[in-house]
Amino acid sequence: MATSEKEVVERGALAHPDLHRLDDVNRDVLRALKTPGKGWWILFGVAATGVGLFLGAWLLIQVPYGIGVAGLTSPVGWGVYITTFVFWVGIAHSGTLISAILFLFRAPWRQSIYRAAEAMTVFAVMTAGLFPLIHVGRLWHAYWLIPYPNSRFLWPNFKSPLVWDVFAITTYFTVSATFFFIGCIPDIAAARDRATGLRKKFYQLISLGWQGTDSQWHHFGNAYVFLAALATPLVLSVHSVVSWDFAMSIVPGWHTTIFAPYFVAGAIFSGIAMVITLVVPMRKIFGLEAYLTTKHFDAMAKLMLLTSLIVFYAYLSEFFLAWYSGEEIERTAFWNRVFGNYWWASWIMLTCNGLVPIMLWFKRVRHSIPALFVITIFVNIGMWFERYVIVVVSLSHEYEPFAWGLYRPSIVEMTILLGSFCWFGFWFLLFTRLLPPVAIQELKEVMPPPMRRKKSLEAHG
Amino acid sequence: MSTAVGTAVGVGILASYEYLDSTIDAIEALKKAGFRPKAYAPYPDHHIEHALGYGRSPVRVWTLVGGLTGAATGLAFPVWTSLDWPLVVGGKPIMSIPPYIIITFEMMVLFGALSTIIGMFLLSRIPNLKPDVMYDPEFTAGRYGVYVDAEGARLDEARRILKAQEPIELREGAPTHA
Repeated sequence: MATSEKEVVERGALAHPDLHRLDDVNRDVLRALKTPGKGWWILFGVAATGVGLFLGAWLLIQVPYGIGVAGLTSPVGWGVYITTFVFWVGIAHSGTLISAILFLFRAPWRQSIYRAAEAMTVFAVMTAGLFPLIHVGRLWHAYWLIPYPNSRFLWPNFKSPLVWDVFAITTYFTVSATFFFIGCIPDIAAARDRATGLRKKFYQLISLGWQGTDSQWHHFGNAYVFLAALATPLVLSVHSVVSWDFAMSIVPGWHTTIFAPYFVAGAIFSGIAMVITLVVPMRKIFGLEAYLTTKHFDAMAKLMLLTSLIVFYAYLSEFFLAWYSGEEIERTAFWNRVFGNYWWASWIMLTCNGLVPIMLWFKRVRHSIPALFVITIFVNIGMWFERYVIVVVSLSHEYEPFAWGLYRPSIVEMTILLGSFCWFGFWFLLFTRLLPPVAIQELKEVMPPPMRRKKSLEAHG
Repeated sequence: MSTAVGTAVGVGILASYEYLDSTIDAIEALKKAGFRPKAYAPYPDHHIEHALGYGRSPVRVWTLVGGLTGAATGLAFPVWTSLDWPLVVGGKPIMSIPPYIIITFEMMVLFGALSTIIGMFLLSRIPNLKPDVMYDPEFTAGRYGVYVDAEGARLDEARRILKAQEPIELREGAPTHA
C-alpha cells in the first residue's frame, strides 16, 4: 500500500517541509503525549468542572426528583434530552464516514484526520447513549432496554422503531469502539517503544504485544478492510433508524419518507463541523500544523458544503411537499414551524445550516482556519436547533388545537445539555494525551519508502 | 554491533534495515536459500508481503461466517419471539418481515465485525503476552527487520545473506516466540 514519491506529491497528501524520514512522524505525533501545555490544562479544567455539573444535575437532581424537574409535559414529552441524543448520534457519524467510507474510497486526505474523527465518534456515541438513560428518568430500570421477555414471557415488540434503535445504537457503539481500538494498536505499540516508566507499562498492556511482524500486518490489513466495509453501511443505517423513531409515527412534521437520507446528510454535516471544531485547537495545542494543512481543511469544508446543500434541499422540499400535499394539518404544521411560537428556533436552523455555509463556496474562506472555526460553531448550533425543531415544534402542534401546548426547557435540562459537551470534551482531551492523536502508521503508508538505490521497487515485481 | 549469545541449537538472527529495498532483497535471497524469514515493518507494506508470498488472509472467512451467523440470528430471534406469543400489534401481521430486516442487518454487522476481530487476533497471535525477545524498538518508528531461525552452517549462511544488505544492526540470540 506504500505509494511512490511522485504519487504522494501529486496527491498532495503530505506536504510538510520538515518531514523526511519515517520516524519523523513518531517524533512529531508522540510529542503530543508528552507535553501537556497550559492550553490543554485550561480546557481540561473547564471540561472537568462541566462534567461535575453534568453528573450533579443528572444524578443528584434529575434521578432523585424524577422527570418532573425537566420541562417535559403533555403534549411535548420529548424535549432537550431526545434532541441532544439525536444531536450526539449525528456528530458521531462523520467520524465513521472519514475513517471507513473515505478509507474504502482511498481519499488521500483522511490519514491525518481520521484518528481524531474516530475518537470523536466513540465519545459522541458514548455521550448520546447517556441521554435515553437520562430521559427514561428511572435509571434503575434502564436494563429494560435490553430485549428480554417479561415475567410472563412476552418479548419486546420488534416492530417498534425504539427497539430497532437499541440494536442500532449498541451495534454502532460496539463496532466503532472496536474499529477505533484496532486502528490504534500499531500506534500504541509505537508509543510503547518510545515511552518509559508507568506509561510504558500501560502501553505494553494495551498494545497487546504488537510488534509489526509480517503476519500481524497481513491479517490486520485484511481485517481492517472488512471492518471498514461493515462500518460503512452501518453508519448509514444508524441515523436512518434514529430517523424512523420519528418517521414511523403519524405526527405531522415527522411522518415523512425523506427522513432517513435527510437525517444521514444532516448527521454528516454536523459531524464534519464538529471534527473541524475539535481539530483546530488540537492542531494548535500539539503543534500538528505540518500534518493538518489547509488542504485537509479545504477537503473537509467542501464535504461540509455538500452536505449543507443536501440538508437545505431537504428543508425546502419538506416545506414544498407540505404545501403541495394539500393536507391542511401538514400545511399548518410547517407554517407553525417558521411563523409559530417557535419561529426563532426554525430561523436559527435555516440561517446556521443553510445560509452561513454559503460562505464555503469561497476558496479564501475554506483556506482560512479561523473563518472555518467560526462557521463550524454556527453549524453545531444550527444542527442542534434542527433537532429541536423536529422534536419539540412538531410535538407542540399536532392534530387537535386543544392538545397544542408549549415546552420550556428547565435549568436542569439546560445544565445537562451544556454538561454533555463537557463530558464529551473531557474524554476527547484525555484521548489526545493518552493515544496518538494522529494515525502514525497510516501516514507512513503514504510517505515514500526509504530506498538505498534510487530505483522503483515495482521492478521487483 | 553484534552480540552473540546463542548456543549451538536453535539460534535466531535479526537484522535491522534502514531501507525498504535492502529488506526486500534480504527476504528474497533468504527465501531462495531455503530459509523462512519473518519481517518487521513500521507500516503495512505490500512489497514485503509480496516477497514473503502472502495471498489473501483467511480473515475473510471469519467475516463471512460471523456475518451470516449474525444475520441468521437477527432474523430468527424476532421471528421466534413473535411466534412464541402471537400478539397482534397495530393490526400488523404476527410475523412481519420488513421490520425484522433491520434487526437482521444490525446483528449481521455486529457479529461480522466481532468475528473479524476474533479471527484477526487468532491468526496474528495477539494478544501476545510473550512478545518476541529479539526485537528492535525502532521497528515501530522507521526501521525494517528480518528475522530467521538457523543453526550451525545455516546460521553462517543466513548471516552472510543478511550482512550483504548492510544492516544497521545485526543481533543473534535465542529464538523468538512465534
